[in-house]
Amino acid sequence: MSVYYSEDHEWIEVEGDLGTVGITDYAQGQLGDITFVDLPEEGATVAKGDSIAVVDSVKAASDVYTPVSGEIAETNDALADEPELVNSDPEVGGWLFRVKLADASELEELMDEAAYKKFVAGL
Amino acid sequence: MSGVNTAGWRPSMNEVALGDMAPATQSGDRALMLEEALIFELGCEGQTGVDIEAPSKAVSPALSKFRRKAAPALPGLSEPETVRHYTRLSRQNYGIDLGPFPLGSCTMKHNPRLNEKMARLPGFADVHPLQPQKTVEGALEVIEQLADWLMKLTGMASVAMSPKAGAHGELCGLLCIRAALDARGESREIVLVPESAHGTNPATAAFAGFKVQAIPATPEGRVDLEALKEKLGPDVAGVMITNPNTCGLFEPDLKEIADAVHAVGGYVYCDGANFNAIVGRVRPGDLGVDAMHINLHKTFSTPHGGGGPGAGPVVLSEALAPYAPLPFVTRGEEGEVHLVEEENRGEGHERAFGRMVAFHGQMGMFTRALAYILSHGADGLKQVSEDAVLNANYILRSLEDVLEAPFGKSGPCMHEALFSDAGLPDGISTLDIAKGLIDEGFHPMTVYFPLVVKGAMLIEPTETESKQGLDRFIASMRNLAQRAQEQDESLHTAPHFAPRRRLDETRAARKPVLVWKGDEEA
Repeated sequence: MSVYYSEDHEWIEVEGDLGTVGITDYAQGQLGDITFVDLPEEGATVAKGDSIAVVDSVKAASDVYTPVSGEIAETNDALADEPELVNSDPEVGGWLFRVKLADASELEELMDEAAYKKFVAGL
Repeated sequence: MSGVNTAGWRPSMNEVALGDMAPATQSGDRALMLEEALIFELGCEGQTGVDIEAPSKAVSPALSKFRRKAAPALPGLSEPETVRHYTRLSRQNYGIDLGPFPLGSCTMKHNPRLNEKMARLPGFADVHPLQPQKTVEGALEVIEQLADWLMKLTGMASVAMSPKAGAHGELCGLLCIRAALDARGESREIVLVPESAHGTNPATAAFAGFKVQAIPATPEGRVDLEALKEKLGPDVAGVMITNPNTCGLFEPDLKEIADAVHAVGGYVYCDGANFNAIVGRVRPGDLGVDAMHINLHKTFSTPHGGGGPGAGPVVLSEALAPYAPLPFVTRGEEGEVHLVEEENRGEGHERAFGRMVAFHGQMGMFTRALAYILSHGADGLKQVSEDAVLNANYILRSLEDVLEAPFGKSGPCMHEALFSDAGLPDGISTLDIAKGLIDEGFHPMTVYFPLVVKGAMLIEPTETESKQGLDRFIASMRNLAQRAQEQDESLHTAPHFAPRRRLDETRAARKPVLVWKGDEEA
């Protein structure tokens, strides 16, 4: 099991061919209080880089891009009533969707934790 | 009902004003101090403004099952009580008639009263969309004359007058692009939208069925031309670009962008929301634009939310003109103005993509906009953009030593000045400055937009503010910036003098209460 990060501040935790995606702690901090999360439909086919979810905060509505291609296996229903989970627990309980990976080699273009930390420090 | 103050004043106001957190304001203003209950909480049952006869007991059997079991929950107020309620509410409002409204990207300019006088002439105010055309020739003449001005000012071949607002106009433009692509037998899917474009642009492209791809901004706040060129290809339907952009900067590469997009067979949509900065000076048609909407409520001074739908005419290039939606106002060979609708679309509108609205547009807005144009004349409109840009630059240069201006070195700004929270101490946010500005008696600027700038503050003074007015605003902003640098805690709790203190915007968005449901659920 390993975690990868995108330049758009999404994280993906991969176990087998299933990836769990959310936004990073840095991203939630930038957005401020999350008020609503619009999630993709389960079963939808998505391509790496597609805008497939929207995170609304008091400041702005922000697109979430899927870091990998595949099929949406599951979405986090808990966010409908508790969007604040994305603020309080962004990298565990505040996950957004699970995607069945179509091409595991896409992960190679993402960053590992150390590289992402360096990336954020440079912003 | 208990605790409601029917006189409209908030009894605790003095305590609030004298509380230990309350600062003195720079302007000496105390915002507005009215308090008002919901209309349902006022008055009493059984009271009305008019006498209504008791209903007849005899209800036809066919209707009897619809008879009400309980009285409707209507508010019980007399006519003067109703008038006072809404007048008190209106006094809690803040509008351009009360003071500066520096909302960036919105062009909140003065609405000249001459416009109102013209719009109230019975021949314009009392027309019905279904009355015979020969009885409304004057009104049609106004629409056609306005259309002619808009084409001349933008250097474009045609104009669809029927769209009802800016975003509606964007949709009109993109549907024209889709119709043109269909006519060529092409199904291009991608619309490129720079990060410096208006937020409605990607939404419009998606709504029109296109896939949106973002183009990054350069460090100077403009479209990254090279990044855009890299994305161009046979699947690109077009680009949506805002010029001047939402960073308040002119896009000098627009002509080159348009040429590159045309070279791959795409079209150029320009968001005309910021036309006020260039009206009379730059013709978008000369820059290769194929479609652009014009917000009459911005550049042409009709009221925002002016008593009904607005108007967002869309000017079109030769390439897109044939696809403009019906109805279309046109001048015949003998100089008479008439409407082209489905039955006479053979008059050059065979390829119209359809119809976006039932009728031809908002007469009141057309009349006001034409009155504005005629009263200014071509030279006056040129001065409008010059003064709007001058005022914005005066604000930019008067505040850039106390607030971070991320593109202050990109040259002069256009109609709006952009600042960020980058120079503010930790813990003081853009929101705190905006709320402090309310205490100073001003409507806040646009905050947290554009998204490319963190903690953005976008200030658009427009040409209708005087130098004295701008100096007063600048003094208040400088005072707020100084309080921020001093870590003034009271900024976190501003506004102190408004009818409501700092609202819990997070809770309002997460758990909104949108409908009054009566005392039992209160």
